[in-house]
This record gives sequence, structure tokens and C-alpha cells, in this order.
Amino acid sequence: MSEGFVSRGFRGRRRQTDDRLPPGQYLVEGFPVLSAGPTPRTPLDEWDFSISGEVDEPKRWTWEDFQALPSEEITRDIHCVTKWSKLGTAWEGVSIDTLLEGVETAAEHVLAFCDGGYTTNLPLEDVTGGRAWIAYAHDGKPLEPEHGGPARLLVPHLYFWKSAKWVRGLQLTTYDIPGFWESLGYHNYGDPWREQRYWGD
Amino acid sequence: MDERRLDGNAVGGLLGEVFTFEVTMAEAACDRCGTVAHVGETMAYVTEIGTVVRCARCDNALIRIAQNPRGYFLDLRGVSYLRF
Amino acid sequence: MAEIRHPRLAWQFGEVVETHPATPRAKSLLLDVPGWEGHKAGQHVDIRLTAEDGYQAQRSYSIASAPEDNRVELVVERLDDGEVSPYLTDELRPGDKLELRGPIGGWFAWEAKDGGPLFFVAGGSGIAPLMAMIRHRAAAGSDVSCHLLYSSRSREETIFAEELDQLAASDGSLQVFHTLTRSQPPDWTGYARRIDRVMLAEVSPEENPLAFVCGPTPLVESVATELVGLGHDARRIKTERFGPTGG
Ligand SMILES: Cc1cc2nc3c(=O)[nH]c(=O)nc-3n(C[C@H](O)[C@H](O)[C@H](O)COP(=O)(O)OP(=O)(O)OC[C@H]3O[C@@H](n4cnc5c(N)ncnc54)[C@H](O)[C@@H]3O)c2cc1C
Ligand SMILES: [Zn+2]
Repeated sequence: MSEGFVSRGFRGRRRQTDDRLPPGQYLVEGFPVLSAGPTPRTPLDEWDFSISGEVDEPKRWTWEDFQALPSEEITRDIHCVTKWSKLGTAWEGVSIDTLLEGVETAAEHVLAFCDGGYTTNLPLEDVTGGRAWIAYAHDGKPLEPEHGGPARLLVPHLYFWKSAKWVRGLQLTTYDIPGFWESLGYHNYGDPWREQRYWGD
Repeated sequence: MDERRLDGNAVGGLLGEVFTFEVTMAEAACDRCGTVAHVGETMAYVTEIGTVVRCARCDNALIRIAQNPRGYFLDLRGVSYLRF
Repeated sequence: MAEIRHPRLAWQFGEVVETHPATPRAKSLLLDVPGWEGHKAGQHVDIRLTAEDGYQAQRSYSIASAPEDNRVELVVERLDDGEVSPYLTDELRPGDKLELRGPIGGWFAWEAKDGGPLFFVAGGSGIAPLMAMIRHRAAAGSDVSCHLLYSSRSREETIFAEELDQLAASDGSLQVFHTLTRSQPPDWTGYARRIDRVMLAEVSPEENPLAFVCGPTPLVESVATELVGLGHDARRIKTERFGPTGG
């Protein structure tokens, strides 16, 4: 019905492209919030982070333990599947390599699980080799709950829905379990440079 | 408090693309806590990725719906029944 | 791929026949929608805008006109940093076509046969669906007791101020209470603060009213919580959240 129809004078929010951006993305200045549920507010003394599943021995850190781990400062571009990108975002957190140190596993996949029930799946090799972190600070300040605080997964080389907010652990698996959006038509891997937004891309 | 949440009623348009009856008036039973409420009374979270309709009592995801170039994806796992 | 079309909810065109300022920040849009089959007071439409490059944006707007009216009225409040509302308030003019679908939603709706007593609570543009109910109540000759508590920033930002005064003056069973949260005229005798529990208790009709609460999400949630705290039956409180903003 709307074939060819244009709302006279409507341009929409100005969409600024940039050649540093993956195909189909535009730049934003703010930090949009996408909430598919209420913002969980887990007290830090109840928070923990675990590595479970296909491992010789599960691991668990309290918030205090976690803060004692060596942290890194990370500056990366991020790309959301809803087409906004933000350049040079600054984070601080613990590399997943650090968390997996000494872990013996035959797993090839990980499922990140979160407060509020959100999940996302990734190949194990995409969260290792200095490519993924559990971030607890953004722009030099503790990560705000609406952006995933106290801690979120940060996997900047994939679309940002993979950087799960309010993350509480990684389950290592030998098989692939599609996560919250991956089971609803979104691409299983989600490489922004290959514009892998949806199934079949 | 979550400023962005809406009532299930607000997503009657999107759900109306899939259901052929006035779905906001249907009763949905939460598969987690058993609460029965009209779809219009539940909580809706609308994002550009997809929409999630949650139980007003326990926040369980009752209905998840994404509409993208691959089609409509409708997940009703959180609902034990819909009555209309 | 999947083109699922429910005829009742297919996208269609309305034509803007008239626009006028409802307040300095809100515009009333009157639409002629060919084949419109009527609506229930409280329902909304989805509006879809399309840019030259194919980009689309979609938002919901409540219907403010009574079902008895043959034109569809929307009231849009302008959010300075918004994407859709400034277009609707500043750019749209009579003769333009507007793509819409509806009416949508059967839950937040009232028909004269549903009875009362009624307790309406609105913030800002949240008056829109309640106005449809108030107008419908008048058009249908219903005399169920109806109390409206309406929060606006100031008198000049009160949408439908005059029409509400006129309706209340000519109808003993309709009572309108205003609260002006930012500034009040010098002779103001009404409330001058955000809606709170005391205010709700003072203006609520007695005996188990059917409550409709509409406006920005924070206002709706606090009012609904207070009403339950005051002993209102949660099953008789219906809410329509407009999102983070809207008054
Ligand atoms: C059922 C229903 C009925 C409605 N009826 C009416 C009505 O009758 N009249 C009316 O005026 N409005 C109504 N609304 C609200 C309307 O749909 C729009 O939300 C409103 O007009 C704003 O749209 P916009 O595109 O101008 O603003 P947007 O571009 O959507 O932005 C709106 C504001 O919210 C903020 N914001 C938006 N998203 C976020 C986010 N993710 N995080 C933080 N801040 C955010 C922005 O900063 C901005 O200030 C209704 C909403 C619903 C759900
Ligand atoms: Zn539940």
C-alpha cells in the first residue's frame, strides 16, 4: 500500500555515514539504550561471575574477587544491528583470556547468561585471543545499570547485541545454543563488516 | 523503574499483524508464575531489534516478536495458554 | 517475505484536513480516513512516516475524538529532540497524507455501557484517550460519575482546557481537577504539585471506581502504585504508558 509513498518533508533523524563504519551503519553521538526488559539491579554483594559447562572445574568470582583480577583499558568502535555505530568507546574490564586461564575444555561454543534471562551465543575462539572482555567501567566511570552495569560482556568485533548487558557467566558447550535474538531471526555470528544481521546473511 | 516500558496494549498494532483477532483482549497465562492477564495489561518493551511482552508480575518473557527481512518470528514459549 | 495482512489493521492513508495548536507545544491534527469503521474511546493508531530514501519511523498516537465524531483527532506533543513528533507538529499541514493503521487495542477502552464510576488520571498528552472517553460519555448522554485529575506544566500547557471547563460546567456528574506543576496563574486555587497519594485520595470518586491512567511511564507507574496503596482494586485500574516522555 505504501509502495513509493513519501511523507512530504520527512527526513528522519539525521543519519551520518562515515567510511570507518561497516556497511549500512551511521554514526551516533549519544549512547542509545535498547531495553528488552526491566533493568536488573543486582547488589554487588550478591553478584558473581561463573565459568561453567564443559570445563574440568567450574570457576566463580565474587565482585571483590573480580575487582582483584588484572584489568585492561579498551578503546573500540561499537556497531549495533539497529544501524547505529559509535567510534572510540572507552571501557575497562577483565579479558576473558584471564578468566579462562588454566581452564581445560573441549568446548567450541559459549553461551553468555545474564540477570534478567538474556543470553547470547558465540564461538569460543571469538571471546579469546584478546577479543572479548567483561567490562565494568565506561568512560572512566562504573558502568551504569542501563548500559549493562555492574558488568557486561564486550565483544566489539561483532554486532553489539552479542555484548550482553548484566552478564553473570559463560557456559562453555560442545554444541551451539542460539541465544535470545539469535533464535528470533538474527544472525548466529553477527559480523558487522559482512553485514550479518539476519539469518542467511 | 523503567521509563521505556509500555503496556501490552501499545503493541496491539504489531501483534495485529500476526493475529487475526484483537489480541490485546486475549488472556495470557504466564508459564512461569501462572498469572493470567489480558495481553493489554502486560508489560511491553519495544526495541528496534524486537518486541518483548512480559508478565507484569514476574517479568517472564511471554511473547517475543521480531519482524525483519527474514519474516515474523513469534516465540510464545512463555505463555502456557492464550484464551480468547 | 511473510506478508501477513489482517484487513482490520492494514496500513491505510488518512488526509490531514485541519491542524491547530492545542497548546504552545502541542498540535491537534484532524484526519479524514476514508473507510474508517469507527473506534472505541481509548484506542490508538500507529503512524508510519517514510523519508525519500525509504527510511521509516513508526509511533503510536491515541485517538482523542469521540467515536461519534467522523474525523479522527490526534494530539501530538512536541519533543524537541524527538524524531517523529516535531515533524507532526511543525511540518504536517492540511492536504498532506499520513499513513496509519488502527484502531488498536481493546484493553484501554471505555464504552458508555461499561458504566462507572470513572476516575481518570492524565499527565500531559496522556489526556488524549481520556478526552475521547469524556467526549463519548457526553455524546452518549451517560451520567455515570466521572472525576478527572489532570497534571500539566502550566495553564497554557493544559490541553483541552476550555473544552474540559465547558463540559464540567454543563454536567454535574463530571468533575475536573487540575494540577499545574511548573507555574500557576496568580489567582490559581487548584493543585500546584506533582500528583501524589494525598491528591489522589482527595479527588477520587467513592466506591470502587474504574480507573484509567495515562501519560508518561513514570507518572503512570507512580499513580497506579499509589492507587493500589489507597485500596483501589488493581483489576479496576487500566493504564496506558506513553514511554519516557510526553508531558
Ligand atoms: C499507546 C501509545 C499512545 C500514545 N499516544 C500519544 C499521544 O496521543 N500524543 C503524544 O504526543 N504522544 C503519544 N504517545 C507517545 C508517542 O508514541 C511518541 O513516543 C512521542 O511522540 C515521541 O516520539 P518522537 O519520535 O518525537 O521522539 P523519539 O525520537 O522517540 O524520542 C523521544 C524522547 O524520548 C527520549 N528517548 C527515546 N528513546 C529513548 C531511549 N531508548 N533512551 C532514553 N531516552 C529515550 C528521547 O531523548 C526523546 O527525548 C503514545 C505512545 C503510546 C505507546
Ligand atoms: Zn509471571
